[in-house]
Amino acid sequence: MMKWVFSALILLSVVFGMMNGQMSEVTNAALEECSTAVTLFLSLVGVMALWSGLMNVAVKSGATNFITRLFRPIAKLLFKGLDPNSKAFQAISMNMTANLLGLGNAATPLGLEAMSELEKENKGSKIASNHMVMLVVINTASIQLIPTTIAALRLKHGSASPFEIIPAILLASIFSVISAVLIVIAFRKTGLKKDAQDNFTENGKEQK
Amino acid sequence: MRLTDFIIPLMISFILIHGLVKGVDVFNEFLDGAKDGLMIGVKILPALVALMTCMGMFKASGALDVLTYAISPLSSAIGFPPECVPLALLRPLSGSGALVLFEGVLSEHGPDSFIGRVASVLMGSTETTFYTIAIYFGVTKVTRTRQCLAAAITADFAGFIASAITVRLFLGI
Repeated sequence: MMKWVFSALILLSVVFGMMNGQMSEVTNAALEECSTAVTLFLSLVGVMALWSGLMNVAVKSGATNFITRLFRPIAKLLFKGLDPNSKAFQAISMNMTANLLGLGNAATPLGLEAMSELEKENKGSKIASNHMVMLVVINTASIQLIPTTIAALRLKHGSASPFEIIPAILLASIFSVISAVLIVIAFRKTGLKKDAQDNFTENGKEQK
Repeated sequence: MRLTDFIIPLMISFILIHGLVKGVDVFNEFLDGAKDGLMIGVKILPALVALMTCMGMFKASGALDVLTYAISPLSSAIGFPPECVPLALLRPLSGSGALVLFEGVLSEHGPDSFIGRVASVLMGSTETTFYTIAIYFGVTKVTRTRQCLAAAITADFAGFIASAITVRLFLGI
């Protein structure tokens, strides 16, 4: 996917640069922006290290367990029918906690663990189960309490109040997650029959 | 002084005090975690170089202006600033690519402008949808993801619209 975005952007800029007569600007951009990338990296990496360090302390002290427990009722509601004591459920609630705390690198392995647990329940079917769809969709719509990377960049560019956007981010995230969950539920009812039929025709093709 | 100024210092204090009470070696555990954070930063550096270079070229050639101009009637119809449109387009595809555009918006329009704030909220409330779907289903045998993509794209779109609305709501224009 990204190989197309990358190539298209560069080729399009060469074409547009020629048409607009801005080839010297394009040349300068190519040579300057790569070192700007390193400057950007330097301004981000400190905050990333600080936050990962603090979160490691929170995980070791069990402070994150508290939030996992807060999540149980919500997770029970979203993953109806899934045993709350199962490995899958545990991994799901920890995945949601890690997302909330902005621990992308911790959230992904937990989410993948939850996916492979759900895979066992799905008995290796080629069609995604309801729980799988819900888990993935929740992960594509991020809810984050403290957006550290964004705040670090805002601070770098001289924001008077880098964290002022937190309430707006929370509300926007909640809106986006709720709309995603509603779509999942709405299509869960209408989509199943069609899926069953598609599966049937797929099997039919295989038999031929 | 705003309420949000308290969040970070209080959170750091809480984590450290809780760790000390539970007998955690807070300094060494901090160093362990910080090392992981550094490694992630190093991992995304090559992507940052690649994407900043191609985005910089795209912008310098004037192609970005054409694209933004083409989409602006649609975005202003939903109250979304046209300057954030490229960011919204790239956000579901690439996290580091979006970061690069976000940085560009901040340096051009300032973090405390309406545009800068909408870009910040957009970054915080949406995810790299396609990447997430690919790696999550990558660990399973599933080939049919059903309503997953539709729901995820709806969530992104809802996030874009909501970011403009919530900024107006909490911070004014």
